[in-house]
Amino acid sequence: MSLLKVDNLTLQFDTDEGRILAVEDVSFEVNPGEILGLVGESGSGKSVTAKSVMQLNPENAVYDPGSKITLNLDSGSVDILSLKKAKDMEIVRGGAVSMIFQEPMASFAPAITIGAQMVEQLLLHKEISQQEAARVSVEMLERVGISDAEHRFNQYAFELSGGMRQRAMIAMALSTSPRLLIADEPTTALDVTIQAQVIDLMKDLVAEYGMGIIFITHDLGVIAQTADRVAVMYLGRLAEQGSVRDVIQRPAHPYTRGLLNALPKLENLDAPLTPVPGDIPSPLERPSGCVFHTRCSMSEPRCQQAVPSMVDVYEGHRAACFVTTAQEPGA
Amino acid sequence: MSGQAATQVTGDDAARDDSGTPETIIRARNLSVHFPIGGGLFTKKLFLRAVDGVDLNIPQGSFFGLVGESGSGKTTLGRAFLRASPITTGEVEYHDDEVSYDLVNLGKEQLKDYRRRAQLIFQDPYAALSPRMTVRDIIAEPLEVMEITSSREETDEVVRTIASKCRLNLEHLRRFPHAFSGGQRQRISIARALVCNPRFVVADESVAALDVSIQADILNLLKSLQNDLGLTYLFISHDLSVVAHITDHVAVMYLGRLVESAPTRKLFSAPGHPYTQALLSAIPSLDPDHRGAAQKLEGEIPSPTRPPPGCKFHTRCPYATEICSEQEPVLQPVGDEHEVACHHWKEIGGG
Repeated sequence: MSLLKVDNLTLQFDTDEGRILAVEDVSFEVNPGEILGLVGESGSGKSVTAKSVMQLNPENAVYDPGSKITLNLDSGSVDILSLKKAKDMEIVRGGAVSMIFQEPMASFAPAITIGAQMVEQLLLHKEISQQEAARVSVEMLERVGISDAEHRFNQYAFELSGGMRQRAMIAMALSTSPRLLIADEPTTALDVTIQAQVIDLMKDLVAEYGMGIIFITHDLGVIAQTADRVAVMYLGRLAEQGSVRDVIQRPAHPYTRGLLNALPKLENLDAPLTPVPGDIPSPLERPSGCVFHTRCSMSEPRCQQAVPSMVDVYEGHRAACFVTTAQEPGA
Repeated sequence: MSGQAATQVTGDDAARDDSGTPETIIRARNLSVHFPIGGGLFTKKLFLRAVDGVDLNIPQGSFFGLVGESGSGKTTLGRAFLRASPITTGEVEYHDDEVSYDLVNLGKEQLKDYRRRAQLIFQDPYAALSPRMTVRDIIAEPLEVMEITSSREETDEVVRTIASKCRLNLEHLRRFPHAFSGGQRQRISIARALVCNPRFVVADESVAALDVSIQADILNLLKSLQNDLGLTYLFISHDLSVVAHITDHVAVMYLGRLVESAPTRKLFSAPGHPYTQALLSAIPSLDPDHRGAAQKLEGEIPSPTRPPPGCKFHTRCPYATEICSEQEPVLQPVGDEHEVACHHWKEIGGG
């Protein structure tokens, strides 16, 4: 059974300029011990999708009644979107699901020591004593490769270097042994050498604890190195989903192909860089039909009228495109 | 390709000394930028050595890459060339086909003229543009401030010309920056930097804030503007795959020092310095079957306020021996235009 199942997630934001559709009809699953890469450009809705899993979107988020997010835990299934009170969310937030962010400085309170913050959340989620919580926290800091952990435990976030802070945040997120970890661009602000260290660490932790991870990034190279499966998003919709090998080596959606062509490749320095033409449309001016048709080189008249659905290209590899998957509008 | 623009340089360049070739637009010798960070009256003064004894030649017409991790001093070095960071010691010279300047001792008028010749493209196109000015005013501002044009009609003409080169149309010029996407904003930033017809442009992480689908577009634009306007770029970036594609020469910085400098292809095919080798192998490969092959570097870049003695890289270097913690290696030629600062380059170099 999958750990997390997202069905037909549709989400709009109520704003002064009207309702803005941020996520439309997104479905995916994450299995225990699996890393799902969620790829897309800014404005594609990848972060909003992930935050829905913890109901962390702002108050003006309106979920469509057909949306369903199910978290399957040992103690039973939780229908996350039906939870209304913050108290009910406690078993999810920081308990069964943890999240790490791009900017670790923003995740730590600046005037509280790292240790105190780690102990606080352990006491909230686990029935253990203060001493026990401190011991677990120091162990976790050591586990993520922080040297002199007992000393770091009593330091403040600003006293740590960037890479160290990122490790401390991962340690804090994992100390309550969550079943699902949401990592939102966790390596984007890091230098490549530190990024390589953090990627290794996350892969080790998955192998050790068997949790599921949603890894959000815009960097296809990072995805190729970490994820088992990939979901590609564009303007709030899924464009393509499949195993990392399938999606990168034989992409079926023109958008995925465009992204791969736009990437500079070290193996072939003579290959021209081909940008995806045009700009991402504003969410206020969502194109009709297939949302990618305004930038697609393969676009046909039917792409402007009907929305393509996700269909199998190969087993376990799905894409939403009329042209490349030979589906008929309305089928 | 790169050197052709400067071949008509003639005898009036006699002022240049023999070590700087005539095609060099920027020539730095032993350049240092140190920032005071406290200490004083009774305690020893402390300095942050952001750039420490750098020798660098940037050939005219080149797309010169400068790479390194955060804290390596690459931005400070780029700004020193623009006279935007204080130069503590060393020499920096600027030459183009019209003027030669000693950047350390510029007179007021010379500095004013140099500001027109050397420009900067910023990283974040959202922060670099005033939200209260129309795109036309944003692009026209340098012309007005530097009094390059004399009438509004002339200004408009120049603005329109550079805007169209950066693929912005008349309709765009009337709008405010908030109406534009990241890629369009970066094109506005580029137009603003190029409107006063500079010869030398520092592009500091100019595509780092952009999505990949747009990044390629901006890189192609920078390249075509270079051919069109005869520009020389110093392209500062931490993204090595971008640098590999667009530059023709790369210098690698670590803790304020240059550790390697080579033609781009040479650097990526046969990196000589262990730090360059580690950087290259840390780039995540797009091949899912090629995982974990990277040669992992332990630890992080040390603080520039307390740099390690000897070779700055020895604390993280897998090849370090005793001499590395005692003597600082100097850049030495190891091949055609290829220089490496490492005691052990002979044993480990050549990829």
